[in-house]
Amino acid sequence: MFKVEKRPSPSRFWSWMAPILAVVATMVAGGIMFWMLGKPPLEAIRTIFWDPLFNAQFASYSRPQLLIKAAPLILIAIGLSIGFRAGVWNIGAEGQYVIGSLTGAGVALALYPLEAWWIFPLMVVAGALGGFLWAMIPAILRIKLNTNEILVSLMLVYIALEIQSSMALGLLRNPDGAGFPGSRNLQQYPSAHNAEIWVGSSIHWGVIAAMLAVIAAIFLFARYLLGFQIKLTGSSPRAARFAGVNPNVIVAFCLGTSGALAGMAGMFEVSGPAGQVTIDFATGYGFTAIIVAFLGRLNPLGILAAGLLMALTYIGGELAQFIIGLPAAAISAFQGMLLFFLLAGEMFVNYRFVRIRKVVA
Amino acid sequence: MTTPLLRLSGLTKAYPGVVANDDVSFDIGHGEVHALLGENGAGKSTLVKMIYGLVKPDAGHMMLNDTRFAPDKPSTARAAGIAMVFQHFSLFAALTVAENIALGMENPPKMRALAARIKEVSQQYGLPLDPLAQVSDLSAGERQRVEIVRCLLQDPKLLIMDEPTSVLTPQEVEVLFGTLRKLRTNGTSILYISHKLEEIRTLCDEATILRLGKNVGTCVPRETSAREMAELMVGTRLHQPERHTRDMGADALEVVDLSVAATSQFGTALRGVSLRVREGQILGIGGVAGNGQDELLAVLSGETLSPKGSIRFQGNDISRLDPTSRRALGVLAAPEERLGHAAAPDMSLVENACLTAATRQGLAKNGWINWGKTRQFAEDVIARFDVRTPHAQVAARALSGGNLQKFVIGREIMQDPRVLVVNQPTWGVDASAAAAIRQALLDLAAQGAAVIVISQDLDELLEITDDFAALNEGRLSVPVPTAGLTVDQIGLMLGGAHGMEQAHV
Amino acid sequence: MDWSAINPAFFIASIMVSATPLLLAAIGELVAEKTGVLNLGVEGMMITGAICGFIISVETGSPTLGFICGALGGAVLSLIFALLTQLFMANQVASGLALTLFGLGFSSMIGQGYVGIVPPDVPKLMEGADLSAFQRIALGHDAVLYIGLLIPVIVWYVLKYTRLGLVLRAVGEDHEAAHALGYKVIWIRVGAIFFGGACAGLGGAYLSLVRVPQWTDGMTAGIGWIALALVVFASWRPLFIIIGAYLFGGVTVLQLNLQAAGSTIPVEYLSMSPYVITILVLVLLSVLQKYGLLRAAAPAMLGRLFHASN
Repeated sequence: MFKVEKRPSPSRFWSWMAPILAVVATMVAGGIMFWMLGKPPLEAIRTIFWDPLFNAQFASYSRPQLLIKAAPLILIAIGLSIGFRAGVWNIGAEGQYVIGSLTGAGVALALYPLEAWWIFPLMVVAGALGGFLWAMIPAILRIKLNTNEILVSLMLVYIALEIQSSMALGLLRNPDGAGFPGSRNLQQYPSAHNAEIWVGSSIHWGVIAAMLAVIAAIFLFARYLLGFQIKLTGSSPRAARFAGVNPNVIVAFCLGTSGALAGMAGMFEVSGPAGQVTIDFATGYGFTAIIVAFLGRLNPLGILAAGLLMALTYIGGELAQFIIGLPAAAISAFQGMLLFFLLAGEMFVNYRFVRIRKVVA
Repeated sequence: MTTPLLRLSGLTKAYPGVVANDDVSFDIGHGEVHALLGENGAGKSTLVKMIYGLVKPDAGHMMLNDTRFAPDKPSTARAAGIAMVFQHFSLFAALTVAENIALGMENPPKMRALAARIKEVSQQYGLPLDPLAQVSDLSAGERQRVEIVRCLLQDPKLLIMDEPTSVLTPQEVEVLFGTLRKLRTNGTSILYISHKLEEIRTLCDEATILRLGKNVGTCVPRETSAREMAELMVGTRLHQPERHTRDMGADALEVVDLSVAATSQFGTALRGVSLRVREGQILGIGGVAGNGQDELLAVLSGETLSPKGSIRFQGNDISRLDPTSRRALGVLAAPEERLGHAAAPDMSLVENACLTAATRQGLAKNGWINWGKTRQFAEDVIARFDVRTPHAQVAARALSGGNLQKFVIGREIMQDPRVLVVNQPTWGVDASAAAAIRQALLDLAAQGAAVIVISQDLDELLEITDDFAALNEGRLSVPVPTAGLTVDQIGLMLGGAHGMEQAHV
Repeated sequence: MDWSAINPAFFIASIMVSATPLLLAAIGELVAEKTGVLNLGVEGMMITGAICGFIISVETGSPTLGFICGALGGAVLSLIFALLTQLFMANQVASGLALTLFGLGFSSMIGQGYVGIVPPDVPKLMEGADLSAFQRIALGHDAVLYIGLLIPVIVWYVLKYTRLGLVLRAVGEDHEAAHALGYKVIWIRVGAIFFGGACAGLGGAYLSLVRVPQWTDGMTAGIGWIALALVVFASWRPLFIIIGAYLFGGVTVLQLNLQAAGSTIPVEYLSMSPYVITILVLVLLSVLQKYGLLRAAAPAMLGRLFHASN
């Protein structure tokens, strides 16, 4: 007989092993799922995880895509992880991402066709500010009235999506677009285009921002008092209060920061890879980033790795759709499954199995 | 010789790293009040959990009325006539008395019939209770009555009581003892767990003493001196704290007519609390749990802000300052709840050192933490207060209660406070660690700090404090010198006779 | 716009239909929350129920079988949540989110070939074009709608008057104390989660078989989340769930009717109104609680992890 016992201290070994095992278990379970869909399991797994990186035919196209897909995921997930550590559950990043794309693009479209060096930086600020303000709605409601931020931030996603349709069909619609929904294409507006910084590198400003966010988060949690206070608030709210941490400041900081980063991610996306505000601009990065944050165990470097892995499943999924006809939604189910295994594996970090010895009486 | 009600033979239970019970044997007779005596950690709880079916023994067996008794779950034990009143009540605050009692019964009657039975039994044994009252509105003493009535409704043969008096005023203790004597007369046996020797001498017929999991002796309490029993229980002679006469300095902390509404649904409001401590003085604040102790500490530490002008430190108003600013001035505190309030359970001792010492010890500068310095401070606390831990990176939850308490109190004392407020400084701590903590508080006062000790342990307050005040339903009595106070006088103060002048009326 | 396009009897009848998925999902979640479990996976369980019910009912031609399998689908998915949170002691917030993310992906995956198909008709108590207003409102519905109205009443009775209900509440108020009394906290919670999953699944199936009736990806569109808000709105009181669901249903139907009647308010603003109103209701409740006009009745253990130490 075994029983589960809480470890005196979290296991270092398992905090590395748990995510790795979760990925392996997901590959196995995912393989079974693909097999049940009538797709060859090994080939599907290989197409998702191997081909985008090393297949002679596709890698040259897929590999650069990796950073482009990973950047928004990492940027949003870093912001979310700060909140999750403090027990502040912003699950409306998708909405903040959308609003950031609208405010960022809005600035550019208002200035069109002016060309100036300061337009792009202004768009970054506007995108961040848009996401920040959208996230401050649940923050202020939680601080002032103790309203549940989970539900409010989530409802705001649906509202943001409606605003997005309204904008794509109305205010931000391309006046020269012959009545089609969608804004002007920012890729054709040099001052506002989030282009590759070095040709062929696929590194745009969003990638740089994601890297900076990772580095900042590392310092925040390793050395900065505020980072310690955030962890303390999440780990033991009452002890944090006793330590002199103002919970309202933490809520505002966590929601504000994650909103600003999500907004920024939306702005980098709309001015770069997407190019324009459309009805279906939002593709769920804000939700997938939740998986990324947990898969990275809320650790900045972990999130970096998890973001790349998740981007890989996106690209690999598209490839698998193209080559073996795997349904696009299979990848979402696959990602959800990954989160299941990860959460299950988390137990081994904090608990252990001990043998119950039976002594014959 | 008649067969005993319950015979324990060679009960043994080991946990990883510790043998909680080692070959424990003794008998409990019919209609006998049997005391189980021992320090914290002596194995009393494990033993009664085996009798109650919560824990299975590794070895040994029990005989109930000469038949083999091996309960695998509490309901089996209850069915056999064993009932237990826990130290920490397993009551549901949001439910009514009757609902709570129904939950503890195998086949409860209909609510209406049950309510009538509760009234009947509670009156029969002198324990008045309203079956329809919500438990959250009851005092600690009344909550205990719910537990006792719940047990009595099942006509138990053996009633186990775990530290029943720790939450009661001396007057309530008298009521309880009356009930227990009535039960004994009716033939019910009682296993009475305590470490309070005088109680056991007045109430119990026989006592078994546990030390480090072993039965170290059985005696008849009435014929044994408290000192003999204490030595059996502790093993070595107790270290008595040394008290030096101290010079009282200027006023350090002053609280003037402080009223604060309850911060939580089940909290207590503070009403017109006034007090004054001078440098070098130790003020004791006694009271039964739940009368505003946590709230008073929170107000003094800065967790709860109070109206302007209500708290002064060295003459300056600090009532609107947050905990960090108060620490910078030298006003420190150590709350009662170690895990989750004074310390974050899942964080290391180093991180927990940073929790309160960041400002005053200069562990953080411009928002950057110096972890090297923080670790050094944590290690200093560990060394000076003899905290038993492999190293400073261990999570706080891994330490035993006593060790963590030494760390928490040590962390504040090592910061050289001008005012230190502690709540239940030795609760759940073994005797030698408790003595060390009390000594450290006395030494701190001797160095000129003002100390406020909030405690439910009257012996502790009588031992180390200079002045005594009682907290009752959020009101604080006028402090009086501790020297010369009798337990009866204190009992009156705790019961709500505010200030001694009222006691004369 | 043309108000006369709105027929009052049809209007009320469609409010009832519109409220039912929400009602079912919310009453299931209420039971889970009463035992202290916060399952944020309602949306995922609903959509899984929606697709399972839809597929089975299309394949077998039996709506009854569809509803049963919809409930089962939601319940089976909820068991994953139960496994994660009760056995693996994972964070309830994260596990619930995982359930929603997985459910949305999974349903869309298996629902691929079912877009655009019309499911078999669900029989109603009374049908026909010539029903009186009373008949249309009170009798013109399918059995599941009445079951949906019955469940909150049963839940109310069980919670208030039976021992099972007492134990459920006790576990949600203090799991340590319940454990000390010998109650199987984990299994009671697993049962409550399962019930919640079944209700959400049934609600989902109602959505795809009656309310819409069709299958589209992500067709729950936040109803699962609104159900969570509805539990808060009802202050964990089963009968208030009915009132709340009908109010929200009213808002939804009204905005749809306004859209159809050609209101001057842009479609996007009408479509976002249920979400805006959900937020406003949450805010209103917070204000009432803040000023002590309403006592927070949330189970004390809501969302808290339980690990028996012995």
